[in-house]
Amino acid sequence: MSLHFAALLRRHGLLVAFALFLALVAVQAEAFLTPSNVLDVLRQVSIIGMMALGVTFVVVAGRLDLSVGSMLTLLTVIVVDRTNAFGPGLAILVTLLAGLAAGAWNGLLVGVFRLNALIVTLAMLSFLQGLTLAYSGGSNVNVADGTTWFAAFGRGSLWGIPAPVVIFALSAAVLAFVLKRTRFGRAIFAVGGNETAATYSGIDARLVVFAAYCLSGLTTAIAAIIMGSRVMGAQNTIGQGYELTVLAGVILGGTSLLGGSGSIGRTVLGVAMLGFIQNGLLLMGYPYYVQWLVTWGIIILAVWIDLGAKRGRILA
Amino acid sequence: MTTPILTVAGITKTFPGVRALSDVSFDVRPGEVHALVGENGAGKSTLMKVLAGLHQPDAGRIVHHGREVAIASPLDARTRGILLIHQELSLSPELSVAENIYLGAWPTNRFGILRKRAMREAAAAALEALGCDFGPDVRVGTLSIARQQMVEIARAQAFNANLVIFDEPTASLTEAERAQLFATVAQLRSQGVGIVYISHKMDEIFSITDRITVLRDGTVQGTVETAATDVDSITRMMIGRDLSSYFHRARADFGEETLGIEGLHVPGLVHGVDLSVRAGEVLGLYGLVGAGRSELVEAIFGIRRASAGRMRWRGREIPLPTPRQAVDLGLALVPESRKEQGLVLGLGGRDNITLPHLARFSTLGVMRPGAETRVFDRFRDELSIKTTGPDQPVGLLSGGNQQKFVLAKWLCAEPRLVILDEPTRGIDVGSKSAIHELIAGLAEQGLAVIVISSEMPEVLGVSHRILTMADRRITGSFTGDEMTEETLIGAVSAGPAALPSAAE
Repeated sequence: MSLHFAALLRRHGLLVAFALFLALVAVQAEAFLTPSNVLDVLRQVSIIGMMALGVTFVVVAGRLDLSVGSMLTLLTVIVVDRTNAFGPGLAILVTLLAGLAAGAWNGLLVGVFRLNALIVTLAMLSFLQGLTLAYSGGSNVNVADGTTWFAAFGRGSLWGIPAPVVIFALSAAVLAFVLKRTRFGRAIFAVGGNETAATYSGIDARLVVFAAYCLSGLTTAIAAIIMGSRVMGAQNTIGQGYELTVLAGVILGGTSLLGGSGSIGRTVLGVAMLGFIQNGLLLMGYPYYVQWLVTWGIIILAVWIDLGAKRGRILA
Repeated sequence: MTTPILTVAGITKTFPGVRALSDVSFDVRPGEVHALVGENGAGKSTLMKVLAGLHQPDAGRIVHHGREVAIASPLDARTRGILLIHQELSLSPELSVAENIYLGAWPTNRFGILRKRAMREAAAAALEALGCDFGPDVRVGTLSIARQQMVEIARAQAFNANLVIFDEPTASLTEAERAQLFATVAQLRSQGVGIVYISHKMDEIFSITDRITVLRDGTVQGTVETAATDVDSITRMMIGRDLSSYFHRARADFGEETLGIEGLHVPGLVHGVDLSVRAGEVLGLYGLVGAGRSELVEAIFGIRRASAGRMRWRGREIPLPTPRQAVDLGLALVPESRKEQGLVLGLGGRDNITLPHLARFSTLGVMRPGAETRVFDRFRDELSIKTTGPDQPVGLLSGGNQQKFVLAKWLCAEPRLVILDEPTRGIDVGSKSAIHELIAGLAEQGLAVIVISSEMPEVLGVSHRILTMADRRITGSFTGDEMTEETLIGAVSAGPAALPSAAE
């Protein structure tokens, strides 16, 4: 009882701090809480957020995915290049399949062959970087036809809401349902919480982990489609460092790296907090690099709080 | 009368919402083995943690060697000569025996360099004093559980402990190892060390302790001389009522064979086992720790892959199942370790109960929370589980309540065969007899039941037939009058498994 309360307080502590930050920035920079800026921030976080949705499944299942950054790069290059070759429809299909395949490869190694997730996905990060360069030959690609409907995903809008935000919100809603309400979601929690007990309950942990990575590949593919459409091109470094920002969003939301707890709602919140903090710092006139330093502090704080909650539970 | 080493007076400890200890007083004299007994949740662990410096009491006094003290931390406790031998051993498997004995208090010279030789010699002396058959340089991870426990006791010896607290020390020991442990306890006692001995096993308590203090609901029910009491009165003090029949055997009314196993072989773990159990029958599986009993049932359930073996299920020959197939056939395995194998501690009771049966509680992959909650409510009432609600993480519950959730999880889908691996390990007398009744009830409903137990009275009390295992083989099958302590012991010690001989 009281433990829940304490944990709740800790979680709310972070929220209260965030609210204070929002107020502070709003006073200093009038533009901050205007609808157009808020939508802008949401649009900016939607790519990171999209990736974080899939990564949340992986993390709740007690694993990690550090390959999503370079996966985003490769898939963005693919979607742009294939749009030039086949047109957007087929390009999108190919990209989704490629994302699924990359995720499945991770899932095979981590889930089925039980290799260490950190090592496997770090190696995958490097591998996909190489693959990107091999594919693109080292040059940047651009969408040749400026009038294609492919532009809609990154640049369009629906009732005044940017398309990336709409896609992110819909995906978040669907995946929140999947994680919370379905058999698959329940199995993810069980495997992340206690893999042995899940196995004794007849759940095939290998398959569950495999599926989580596939999902992570799929959400990264959707993120790549948004990215390619927004930039209408792709550089070979476009997703560099994204894996850490994604993980930061997931952790900041309060999903535990130990697995077995977390939610899509929290991840959305975590990613949004990161976005508003970075935007706020920029509006207050701090140089660009400051947001990286602050992000570090926030992540440490979030992990600390998570650990504190766990420790309390163990001692009781 | 000698002055006590330790006197505890009026200790009270409250956790948010629970009064764990209320005005608890007792004392330990030098050279005394003092038993601390009580049902799960009676406050034994909390009291022990107070003495070991892990918890600070809210009120009350602790007098150690005639002086009132506050035990600030485990290290502080150790410095004062108070040592706790944990139920789950607290050793570093990668370090040597000597390094473990001095864990956290390594002797160093003035440059902070480890004085390895001095440490080694002191450790060797402590091991020798206890008659251990291994040296200080062995890596702890390579030792058996019993020997690891000796390392912890050697720690007490090396630090000249004057008060040693044993928490369920025999839970994972074989018969022979247990005898050796008792010899060690006797030795510490003859050195004038005071010993607090926490156990659920009445035979142990009556064979090695001098006095018994009974806790119930956080209060002391009384302290009595062991020689002046008996099991029944202690049990009454513990649970506050009479236990009319400690064991309850199901009516013998058997149907067709439910499960038949032939030539089951798991390389290195199970050798050529045949087994058959009928509807309505309780089959006991007795053997020492390491005999291969758990491995056998894990292979039947598909958790371990067998290299050979045939299975008949309700009259039909079937391939050996995966765990998923086993559950769907109607097998249920209540595993040995509820925390590691039985439950997802972070999830609520409801989600744990339905975990093996997600298909049954979902439509097109979507869970039906209403149906889940109904089954949760049913079992909470039937098994009288104490929990605040379906979402309370089961990790926060007591051992007995956790075990009930493990049972609920396996009973809710109406299995045909229930395998229980050490179902009463580490739980209190009251819950034990409830589980024995449950076993009998299942058999009388026509289920086949296999019970693995290391407790002789339990196996003898609940089974219709007993198979003995030793050295990963079946060594005997006994029914009716053949089922006696002597025949079982004979059958499990006949095999070459026979015990690592006690050091004499």
